[in-house]
Amino acid sequence: MTETINKIDIKDFFISLFHSSKNGFSHKSLSRRREEAFGIFEKEGFPTTKNEEWKYTNIAPVLKKEYNYLPSSSINKKDIENYFIDEIVVNSLVFINGVFSKEHSTILDKHIIVQNFSEAEKESLDSYFNKETHPSKAAFTYLNTAFAENGAYIRIPKGKVIEHPIVLHFLADAKDGNIFVQPRNLIVAEENTQAQLIELITTIGNNGSFTNMVTEVALKQNANIQYYKIQNDSQSQVNTTQVYQQAKSSFTSATISLDGEIVRNNLNVSLNSEYSEAFLYGLYFLKGKQHTDTHTLVIHAKPNCYSNELYKGVLADKSRGVFNGKILVQKDAQKTNAFQSNKNILLSPDAIMDTKPQLEIFADDVKCSHGATVGQMDEEPLFYLRSRGISENAAKALLVNAFANDIVEHIKIEVLKDKIEHLISNRLLV
Amino acid sequence: MLKIKDLKARIDNKEILKGINLEVKPGEVHAIMGPNGSGKSTLASVLAGRAEYEVTGGSVEFNGKDLLDLAPEERAGEGIFLAFQYPIEIPGVSTTNFLKTAVNEVRKYRGQEAIDTVSFLTMIKEKSKIVDIDPALLKRSLNEGFSGGEKKRNEIFQMAMLEPKLAILDETDSGLDIDALRIVANGVNKLKTKDNAVIVVTHYQRLLDYIVPDFVHVLYKGRIVKSGTKELALELEEKGYDWIKDLVNEGSEV
Repeated sequence: MTETINKIDIKDFFISLFHSSKNGFSHKSLSRRREEAFGIFEKEGFPTTKNEEWKYTNIAPVLKKEYNYLPSSSINKKDIENYFIDEIVVNSLVFINGVFSKEHSTILDKHIIVQNFSEAEKESLDSYFNKETHPSKAAFTYLNTAFAENGAYIRIPKGKVIEHPIVLHFLADAKDGNIFVQPRNLIVAEENTQAQLIELITTIGNNGSFTNMVTEVALKQNANIQYYKIQNDSQSQVNTTQVYQQAKSSFTSATISLDGEIVRNNLNVSLNSEYSEAFLYGLYFLKGKQHTDTHTLVIHAKPNCYSNELYKGVLADKSRGVFNGKILVQKDAQKTNAFQSNKNILLSPDAIMDTKPQLEIFADDVKCSHGATVGQMDEEPLFYLRSRGISENAAKALLVNAFANDIVEHIKIEVLKDKIEHLISNRLLV
Repeated sequence: MLKIKDLKARIDNKEILKGINLEVKPGEVHAIMGPNGSGKSTLASVLAGRAEYEVTGGSVEFNGKDLLDLAPEERAGEGIFLAFQYPIEIPGVSTTNFLKTAVNEVRKYRGQEAIDTVSFLTMIKEKSKIVDIDPALLKRSLNEGFSGGEKKRNEIFQMAMLEPKLAILDETDSGLDIDALRIVANGVNKLKTKDNAVIVVTHYQRLLDYIVPDFVHVLYKGRIVKSGTKELALELEEKGYDWIKDLVNEGSEV
């Protein structure tokens, strides 16, 4: 089925597409949730800058472009090979225009279960699919949910340690025009599991893409998940990740944004059970007119949980960054430790950074801190390096690398870490 | 080698250097002394190219080139080295990586080939002996968590690595105990040849017991008000700076 989104009104396009396709939903148990989500999307529509959560990010120009939706794809093995991180052995899960492609994927660790929603086990989907959304932010999430026909369900069974990283590679086929894609993923890490995931989006072809992705990650007791998002595609995306954590689980994310016309990252983590911990790291290094907007929400629902968040930004040229981080400590969540920090360097007088750390605490026995800084590069260290013969550019590169290292060092896959360091250094020395 | 003529400089509209004249020849050691606020560190900073200082008059020639026209890194390439009074801590930049970058950038400027890793490591090993610096320090971030003495040793170690023609030591003795002072001074002396020169900026005479100057200049209110040989330093140690101040303030020729 190929549809072209009429550039006059993208909302009307999705409304009519929903009505014409809803009788064909494959997974009846999800239908009610999809219809509910659709109802809200229909009422709210896409966010504008009048919406507080979208105040600094105007998504309208991107939505006005003409897109194809769900076209068949001519992507072949060769197209894909060029984009792999080829230095490491990985489980590679390939998604073409948002749909999991068994044919193009390679699963080395046989324990990993990957299914399309249409073939997935009913109970798992029912327990996790779209359980928690945060309405004020969620127009894109509702839209994605309404159209979550071909989502991917990834399950790591109880007690399994996945040896090789799992690469989730989302390809947008823009060979024959702009493409609008809506990947939907549900990842369930069962009790006592361990896995590393790497998420990549790649647009193939000479046209543009818009990705509205929603990924839900459920960690059961003692699950340990590292989730790396490498954003090095020049196109636009709204990337929403919802994390639900049970007791003693540990979630670490590192989001590295190095490219993208407009990138909006929503990361919502619910610490739903005692002794769970979450580490949220992010680095955005922007140039040209790139725009990256990060919204995070960490909910401490139960006692004795720990969260630590550090996002760093380097903004050059006329780029723009937005950070909005919220920690919510609910009434029951005594003995919470929650920390958040956002630090930014502006490399150009035309770069803009808006940052808003927020802390809402309803418990009384907690340790929390938050803070944000925006500044230029310090003159003193720069002069020190230059006085030793290091050129201004190379000195800045050393200092920005050092600044970024606080984030990059948390990437526990050595080859990936080297690759990121390399990408950062290359950009600085241009 | 270095010819400073009527150099004037200011910061935040405050004139600090009000006409400095100084000539340094290869093989010489000059000490610049003076009370606090006389402009000693400003002179060192201006020579190294610190941007906060605005040069408002005069000239500085270094081996025939207009030094004031060069960026800080070009000055380093030409052979100027400033040992900082307060070396900067730079978390996340490893000392070794920094040194390799610096050495190779300077070599590039001087038209030499980049040094390979093996030769670089050999060089580090040899030069680290000069100031007895612990090789474990070099694996850490630049100056981060170094003691005062370790920072100053690291400055002289960098000097050894970069082989400058003119080293300017800005209050290198400040904050050092006598043992550390001796090690740092010995390091400087080992690096001294007939072709290079040193300017020692200091408030106290004690460093000059170890690094013996050929000339001593007294800086006061932005001018060199008295020059002499090493005996002048001893006289200052004995009598303090007040007699110099009195002489200048009375308007007498010194």
